Amino acid sequence: MTDIIIHCAVALLFPPLLLGVIGKTKAAFAGRVGAPYFQPYYDLIKLFRKGSVFSETTTWVFRAGPVVTLSATLIACLLIPLGRHAAPISFSGDLILFAYLFGLSRFFTTIAALDTGSSFEGMGAAREVTFSCLAEPTLFFTLITLARMSKSITLSTILTHPTPATWFAAGASMLLLVGALFIILLAENCRIPFDDPNTHLELTMIHEVMVLDHSGPAFGIILYGAALKLFVLGAVFVNVALPIATGNALADWAIFIVAILALAVTIGIVESVMARLRLVRIPQLLVGATILSAFAMMLVLR
Amino acid sequence: MPTCNHILPRYERKGRCEAFVFFSVDPTICLLAAATLMAFSGVPGLVMNRPVWGQRIAAVFVVAASIVGEFAVISLLGGSRGATFQIDWPLPFGQALMSVDLLSTIFLLPLFLVCGCVSVYSIAYWPAREQTSAGKLTLFLGFFAAAMVMVVLARHGVLFLIAWEVMALSAYFLLTAEQQSSEVQRVGTIYLIATHTGTMALFAMFSLLRGAIGTFQFPASHSLSQAVPVASVIIITALIGFGGKAGLMPLHFWLPGAHANAPSHVSAMMSGLMLKMGVYGILRTMSFFDALPVWLGWLILLLGTWSAINGIALAAGQRDLKRLLACSSIENVGIIFIGIGLAVVGLQLHAPYLIVCGLFGAFIHIINHGLFKSLLFLGSGVLIHAAGTREIDRMGGLARRMPITSPLFLIGSLAICGLPPLNGFVGELFLYVGAITDGIIAPLPLAALVAPVLALVGGLAVITFVKIYGIIFLGAPRSVAAAHGHEATRAMTAPMVLLALGCLVAGLAPVLLVRLVTPAVAFYGNLAAPEIALVTDQVPLVPLTFANCLLIILVLVIGAAYLLRLRRLPRSLGATWGCGYPEPTARMQYTGTSFSEMVVNLLGAIVAPNRRKPILVTAIPPADARFHYTVTETVLDRILTPLFQGVGLAFSYLRRVQHGQLHIYVLYIFATLCVLMAWTH
Repeated sequence: MTDIIIHCAVALLFPPLLLGVIGKTKAAFAGRVGAPYFQPYYDLIKLFRKGSVFSETTTWVFRAGPVVTLSATLIACLLIPLGRHAAPISFSGDLILFAYLFGLSRFFTTIAALDTGSSFEGMGAAREVTFSCLAEPTLFFTLITLARMSKSITLSTILTHPTPATWFAAGASMLLLVGALFIILLAENCRIPFDDPNTHLELTMIHEVMVLDHSGPAFGIILYGAALKLFVLGAVFVNVALPIATGNALADWAIFIVAILALAVTIGIVESVMARLRLVRIPQLLVGATILSAFAMMLVLR
Repeated sequence: MPTCNHILPRYERKGRCEAFVFFSVDPTICLLAAATLMAFSGVPGLVMNRPVWGQRIAAVFVVAASIVGEFAVISLLGGSRGATFQIDWPLPFGQALMSVDLLSTIFLLPLFLVCGCVSVYSIAYWPAREQTSAGKLTLFLGFFAAAMVMVVLARHGVLFLIAWEVMALSAYFLLTAEQQSSEVQRVGTIYLIATHTGTMALFAMFSLLRGAIGTFQFPASHSLSQAVPVASVIIITALIGFGGKAGLMPLHFWLPGAHANAPSHVSAMMSGLMLKMGVYGILRTMSFFDALPVWLGWLILLLGTWSAINGIALAAGQRDLKRLLACSSIENVGIIFIGIGLAVVGLQLHAPYLIVCGLFGAFIHIINHGLFKSLLFLGSGVLIHAAGTREIDRMGGLARRMPITSPLFLIGSLAICGLPPLNGFVGELFLYVGAITDGIIAPLPLAALVAPVLALVGGLAVITFVKIYGIIFLGAPRSVAAAHGHEATRAMTAPMVLLALGCLVAGLAPVLLVRLVTPAVAFYGNLAAPEIALVTDQVPLVPLTFANCLLIILVLVIGAAYLLRLRRLPRSLGATWGCGYPEPTARMQYTGTSFSEMVVNLLGAIVAPNRRKPILVTAIPPADARFHYTVTETVLDRILTPLFQGVGLAFSYLRRVQHGQLHIYVLYIFATLCVLMAWTH
């Protein structure tokens, strides 16, 4: 019960901090002081108090988009185990629902973008659906490989299964999986090298351009949803990459939080030292990730 | 005279309760009555020579038939068994049998529902007051529906082929309703050639079957030894004949054109129901054998995968609304065949989880596809009425003008992408569980590769249906006609509401769907209840309901909170942000073609877009220039059409001997007789 409460509290309150940490890391690399760690929270509070501007072409779909996206991400967040503790909702076969919830949220984000009738938002939507479509097989290759290792089709078992022993036994395979998962994490969350969340040119954006016309509380919901998605996929990554379980519940939580903050720092470093890829290169990298994960699957078959 | 021959007089409930009288009637009789009602539904209109009333009477007939038929299906699912009827006909093919079993229920369940919906819809969509072809269309619609019922009931090769041909030909007359159009004539001819090539294969198949067992009657399930020398040939001819009708690649080439050019309610029946008759044929043929060859499962799996990926890739590139939906039917048939393939592979590998998951996935998807594809095709009819075009890129902004059709079409789109909380997810869930379980257990998990393939197909489906929904319903109208679009009448929206409700209920309560399918799975897979339960326990049906309900509750709560917040804060209306450009027009919007351009380029090998760019001259003022973009289709446009043209050219030389001079023709006959005489001596 305590774990469920901690799970919900961490999942609901923690995600915006990741954005703050990433921002701070990037600022440190650029030699700036940077915005405070809690800046995303202040942004959210501000946005929930602001008025909205709606485009004349929009319909109810535009308003429903952020709401459905956030709801689907929240359910996904309840399916994922955090810090070696089973997820609040856990059942056999939940990994398929997990993957498809992201499909649902993508569907609504993109139709909300198309609702504005802006060519830029259409462009962003087209890129988003195309890249995510290429990322999808990787996720399933990864999940099948992990499922085979843990002999289970429940996310809570699959993701809490990796131990130092699994790493020693199937190190190469795990390494490939971690690599593929990291690429998926960056691509799905529209981070550099796939997309630059801070870019100022609409032509080059993916996620940001889709939400150009959202304002006020709707934009707050989108921002929060994006942070939550980063948190959920980050948690998947941390669970696979960090096979440490102390047995002490609270210590596990602490390790998880430190690990996911470290992940945020890593993302910040990647964003600071890399440039955005050219759009034509992105599909190549995504297909590359799929092949990596297929290799990982092949290696565990031996 | 048909003589009733009760082989299984088991179900006796007479006099128990008035309400159950209906159930106590034999299901086969009910189904035959329904088929008769549907077959003759168009006749009153012809006889009375009052088409408007004829159409209404036909709708009443078909709806009544649908209700009778659904009762029969439900009583079959409830455990009653249909009698077997025997027709003593004067034809020299032996007595023909008709019967119904649990495999038939999977196909009859959506059939009656969709037929009822379509007949009501057609009153408003193809009104006899405006369309002179309405009488003909109503007549053949009845024949078409009745023939499909007979296909499922027939237990005799010749009877089956008769029903099959009636079905195929009435579909031809239905799809060529607009005969004036040269495009319709062209696709009609292609359809006719394709369907008869398939029938030819079926002739071969049933003849071989007769050669093997000595009668045209269908052998009992699993009674035919695989050791029969022609077993493989029978299966291959069945795959060709039935696969072509189902739209399985590479025999799908007739499908996009035929479905796109038929009237929308006919497309709904062709796509939602007729394709499944091909699936039924293959399932029935496979059930004859006691064991199946090793390669068959992998072959079906491979063909299914190929159809699924190529079908949806083709769909993503289409510009024509109905052609897009037709291509997505190829994808869905592919998914159904992936399920069947998994089951057959499971049979070989003695893997019950593959058999159960594959059959459940395939059967559930057969029902689901009947629901959502019919819904989408009926929706496309509404759109064509509203915007006067099938071009996606000329629509836009229709959600404002069509407040009922828009959410219904959205439900259909979400369902066909297999997204929760709708029904499309349930069928795919079974396939995924089967594939991933194989990935865990099997020493060499080849079947597990189905999961990433399905994920890719799902991703492409999201691209396709975001495009179709977003470009058609959202944004600003791209043409004058779209700007003046209007909502359809209730006769058109009511059937769609029913189908959409079916999608929603089946998605929220997947247990219901599984209940409907379980008897057929147990019957077809020859499995006992505990064996099935062992596998279905692994599939999260109850938790899925819970998660779906939670999702809907969350959407409602967050949505309500957002709207309340919105009410308290200042709101203003403005133009869409055009990056500083002050006067954006509707033509600057992203079109469907531009939306899918990226993925079409990635999948260039499959979709093969044909672009003709204008030569730009820098004169002032610039002259008119034209950019031409069509998505071609490999099998038809690149292989078959050139091939047939070549063959036509070759045969043109033969025409020299056919010059119209009668005395030379008589000489041919004489010469032939001489040659034959010399041959025999």
